[in-house]
Amino acid sequence: MSFRVDSQDFIARSSDALEDAPLQSALGKLRMGLSLRRREAVAALPEFEALRDEAAALRDYTLATLDQQLEAFEAQVRARGGEVHWAPDAEAARRIILELCQRYGAKKVLKGKSMVTEELELNEHLEAQGIRCVETDLGEYIVQLRRERPSHIVAPAIHLRKEDVAESFAEHHGDAGGRDRSTAEALMAEARAELRAHFLSADVGITGANFAIAETGSTVIVTNEGNGDLTQSLPKVHIAVTGIEKVVPTLEDASTLLRVLARSATGQEASVYTTFSTGPRRPEDPDGPEAYHVVLVDNGRSAMLGTEFEAMLRCIRCGACLNHCPVYGQVGGHAYGSVYPGPMGAVLTPQLAGLDQTVHLPTASTFCGACAAVCPVKIPLPTLLRQWRQRAHEAELGGTKARWLLALWGFFAARPRLYHAGLRLGTRVLAGLAGPRGSFRRLVGGQAWTAKRNFPAPEGGSFIASLSQETFSPTAEDRSAR
Amino acid sequence: MRVALLVSCLVDGLRPSVGAAALKLLRAAGCTVVVPRAQTCCGQPAWNSGDRATARTLALRVLDQFAGVDAVVVPSGSCAGMVHQLPEVLGASHPRRAEAEALAARCYEITTFLVEQRDYHPGPLGQGQTLTYHDSCAGLRELGVKTAPRILLERAGYILVEMAQAETCCGFGGTFCVKYPEISVAMADEKLASAGQAGASLVVGGDVGCLLHLAGRSERSVAPLAFRHVLELLVPEREQPRALGQGTP
Repeated sequence: MSFRVDSQDFIARSSDALEDAPLQSALGKLRMGLSLRRREAVAALPEFEALRDEAAALRDYTLATLDQQLEAFEAQVRARGGEVHWAPDAEAARRIILELCQRYGAKKVLKGKSMVTEELELNEHLEAQGIRCVETDLGEYIVQLRRERPSHIVAPAIHLRKEDVAESFAEHHGDAGGRDRSTAEALMAEARAELRAHFLSADVGITGANFAIAETGSTVIVTNEGNGDLTQSLPKVHIAVTGIEKVVPTLEDASTLLRVLARSATGQEASVYTTFSTGPRRPEDPDGPEAYHVVLVDNGRSAMLGTEFEAMLRCIRCGACLNHCPVYGQVGGHAYGSVYPGPMGAVLTPQLAGLDQTVHLPTASTFCGACAAVCPVKIPLPTLLRQWRQRAHEAELGGTKARWLLALWGFFAARPRLYHAGLRLGTRVLAGLAGPRGSFRRLVGGQAWTAKRNFPAPEGGSFIASLSQETFSPTAEDRSAR
Repeated sequence: MRVALLVSCLVDGLRPSVGAAALKLLRAAGCTVVVPRAQTCCGQPAWNSGDRATARTLALRVLDQFAGVDAVVVPSGSCAGMVHQLPEVLGASHPRRAEAEALAARCYEITTFLVEQRDYHPGPLGQGQTLTYHDSCAGLRELGVKTAPRILLERAGYILVEMAQAETCCGFGGTFCVKYPEISVAMADEKLASAGQAGASLVVGGDVGCLLHLAGRSERSVAPLAFRHVLELLVPEREQPRALGQGTP
């Protein structure tokens, strides 16, 4: 597989994350901030729920006609003087992009924020070939300096506090003149000054695409910093890299999705910049790249079509499911060991990297449903996580102890007389042992519960066993069970 | 109205008083109540662990036991939510799929049933006691249980103060709480902090699982709160078990 994950140590990584005080302070702000902003934005748009239905239907229609939409998109890009490249997997995508960079003699590449290029580990690949990559989104820039991976698909450096950023800037930018790094504004100004020189000296700009519009052959990016616009218009060459599922039929459809995207992601009505790229610069254009390429990446996506996971391809990468996930909110993105963390990542990562490496991801969810409740394209995320659990169960992945206990439970639950006798006895014994203390500080075999929680003792006896005969319902099975 | 009580395995074994309260309240609301004796578990632990075969076996047992009544009522949003998923557990082509759909359509979480189907008014019991309500996830998001428990508690004279994070998952999550105990407990701490900030010393919910988890964690803190299932507060004080969260092991 050409998708790198470190998801096997999810438990160790999540423990570390819970002990990491600076991370917890950063995550505390996320938990409060983004979900509140979304709620306010949604409250201000009465038709938001109807828009979600429309957006989900639109995405389903696009996926049902994906081949036609992609061919139409390719034809439109070509008609406007651009080139389209098809990458069946990550390796092909990396090769295509490297060859394009070499074709234009690129020494330095600007990067707009793009999760697909993170998925491809494109920076590492290009740098190994002597091409310098400079991330221009502030969060991505910070993460790149620190040699980390993004911890959130929309806010890559959400795991960091401004003190952490100040430290990284001091290390990489030097400390000439005793720069003020005490405020976010000062840090932003410093990054902007550093990046300005790169903007003027880069040969190629690589961006992602939030949408690819079949009707017009345009790619669309949304940003709040304007870095994406500079990345795709200043260098001579613009390469847009995106997943094949990001195509939408018409400009009107893109506008429908844009209405739910920004509100879901950051609680904004619209992102500060929404930029449409359609072909290279024409003679009458005042600016723009001389060459325009689109790399359409499959890398496991088409294999989801027609399966129980197809709905995952509706995803427009807004990050709302991460912002509302209580597990993500506790452990942050790096614990997942995948560039796609949180609920959407827990569904997508096993598809891209294989379930044997990633079995914790669909398991580490309470099925609270907060993700599905906010998803702008109504992906039934808990249902899809449960599908992965079924596959894991069938393949006998995951803990054997849990499987064994479950099988034991299933055995008793299908034998009511045995079950109720055991329950009555067990609960009486536990109630007797606890006595007036009312709960247990530890229980044999119950360490997973009692390490950090008491176990409240049962009242003693069972409800069913306490009932008089006339309360029972004389169903057929009931009679046979007596 | 003939009603079957699906008591849920956690209530049956760990908190039987909640089952007794359910029985009493349903009768007080004018229902003829039957309790199928052979009921055990709705199969949710198997279903959520990916063990479809066991979930199906237990689903068929639920269909057998709860046939022939006007409504099936459950003192747990989580287990009622599971009954609503039984058609999916059986699958599209199962011969008993229609039966499962019919069962799901007449299965109710108990507070919703008491308010919406019976317009039940409990007597004055609360005497102005202040409490905060934890919305359990499955009830809230699968079944829309939000106002019914609050309506019942207010009708009984309790004073509700809302916590900021009433709708945030407490971290119980069935087997999640023992598979990922550290994350589970961190989530509980956030919930408990929110409940504490609301200024109520009593936390009430509709699912025993969440309450056991929160109470067990709260007992390890310097100022433990008290926890009760909503039904416990709708019967006279002498019929209430000791509140959860008050253990002193």
